Amino acid sequence: MTLTLTNIAKTFPGGTKALLPTDLEIAKGEILSLLGPSGCGKSTLLRIIAGLETPDPGASIVFDGDDVTHQSVESRKIGMVFQSYALFPNMSVRSNIGYGLKMQKLPKAEIAARVDEVIGLCQLAPYADRAVTALSGGQKQRVALARAMAPRPRVLLLDEPLSALDAALRNHLRDELALLLRQFGITAIFVTHDQDEAMAIADRVAVMSQGQVAQIGTPEALYRNPATGFVARFVGDAMPLEGRIERAHMHLPGGVLTLPQAGDGQQVLVRAEDISIDPQGPITGRVETVTFLGTHYRIALSGVMAGPLFMLHAGLSAPKPGDEVRLSIPPEALLVLPMEMAA
Amino acid sequence: MMRLITRHVPLAVTLLACAFLLIPIIQSILAGLTVNYFRGLSSGLTLKWIVQVWELYSDSIFLSIWLALTCLAATLVIGVPAAYVLARNPGRITRVLEEFISLPLAIPGLALALALLQLYGTVQGFRTSWTFILVGHVLYTLPFMVRSVLSVLAAIDLRTLEEGAASLGAGPARRFVDVVVPNAMPGILAGALTVVTLSIGEFNLTWMLHTPYLKTLPVGLADSYASMRLEVASAYTLVFFVMIVPLLMAMQWASARAQRIMQ
Repeated sequence: MTLTLTNIAKTFPGGTKALLPTDLEIAKGEILSLLGPSGCGKSTLLRIIAGLETPDPGASIVFDGDDVTHQSVESRKIGMVFQSYALFPNMSVRSNIGYGLKMQKLPKAEIAARVDEVIGLCQLAPYADRAVTALSGGQKQRVALARAMAPRPRVLLLDEPLSALDAALRNHLRDELALLLRQFGITAIFVTHDQDEAMAIADRVAVMSQGQVAQIGTPEALYRNPATGFVARFVGDAMPLEGRIERAHMHLPGGVLTLPQAGDGQQVLVRAEDISIDPQGPITGRVETVTFLGTHYRIALSGVMAGPLFMLHAGLSAPKPGDEVRLSIPPEALLVLPMEMAA
Repeated sequence: MMRLITRHVPLAVTLLACAFLLIPIIQSILAGLTVNYFRGLSSGLTLKWIVQVWELYSDSIFLSIWLALTCLAATLVIGVPAAYVLARNPGRITRVLEEFISLPLAIPGLALALALLQLYGTVQGFRTSWTFILVGHVLYTLPFMVRSVLSVLAAIDLRTLEEGAASLGAGPARRFVDVVVPNAMPGILAGALTVVTLSIGEFNLTWMLHTPYLKTLPVGLADSYASMRLEVASAYTLVFFVMIVPLLMAMQWASARAQRIMQ
């Protein structure tokens, strides 16, 4: 199903603009992630698509040619997975999953068959007749997904579905969820504040900030060509360099960097993995701390600019705290982006 | 020595307190079973006073049970949706409304009854009907039902549960039946037992509202102490106990269960 959103905005009764007018188009079978810090409007947008919030007048939400803007939640035929799962504590796993089918007034035998099918897909067979209160977090999450998918919704909406889980389980379920969503082949919108989650699950990511979409694109495009400093910082943790820019050169306390293009009046950002130790490098820094992270070292450097600069260093050994090192950054790795207004 | 004191003194105090509370009850029960209370147990035990109570006051017993059940039905029909609305819309207005519902608790039953009499006392058919007492009982017991259901509903994430049901295609009525009521059940049960127990035992209000043809259990009790032999009145107390004690025990059990849900 294709989802077309036009002019979606939300002003809360107090006058706070949670969401500025937004247009989005999501293709059939596409998984789109809404990524952003808390309060950026991503959940509001998702809840508007679900029908749980009313957008400001002038909005239009179209599911495959069917204008649902003024339809209630229950008639939109969506599936939703909530952060807290919202499983019904008064029902068993099976009844939870079958609830949407029961609402469609399907014959009992068909409900049972379709519930079994989804239970199989989500590998919930051993828990089918348990009370939902007796399940672990990961199991609850899968029941929530199965329950949302059983009625074959037109679009699946997921609101931070993994954030209630602990870190180790989250990483595991992230991959599992990505796989399941592809198996279902469903159009899905996935809200998260975790860039790794968005990158792992989504075909396209819409990075949101202060009530609007800052940039939308594939995870790779966002990483390689961020449109704003915010996107660069949020996707891939780019660090702003503090120095003086003169045409295609940046003067830092630690040396002069060559920029890929003239950058007057703009900002320059760099990612930790693009900085390398190079005896012929143009800038110098002093090693402050070295953290061993298994595949690489994370080094904090002083003296390059006023604040600390972090770099990732692969290799079998690392310099020691106190060492002076020369560094180089390939010009094409420097992100020259327009200045942002202070948030 | 010291340990002996710390162990035995509290025990003795507890036993004394229990005796203080229990002896009058036991005495009253015995009085209802003895042939002649003033001659003591030596006069022998009998059930005739209980039979007499049944003959004289069985109408009161049935009226009380009937009132309690209709009162329960009314508080369920009004109280559960009211608690739901209050739980769903937290805010200043609902807090004020909640206080309003609880107001009858702070007003003596006598005053409440007077207000009802002033307002409806001249409505002929209503004044002499059992429904007049029912209105008083509902006013008095409704806060207990609302509070009990509300506390359970406030402890669960009702809004998200309902949103979950709505996303699966359930309209407002279905959500209420499928999600709200089952999850509020421990509170409804605790509230229901409280309502029935209070309604059966209510005296202040009922005494003001009753007519000679409409005596409830406690009003009949007062009547029997005022105009019958002490043995009859005591037997009446025994009947009252037998009805109320199981209800009280069930109430304890239900509210303990509701507490567990809320944790």
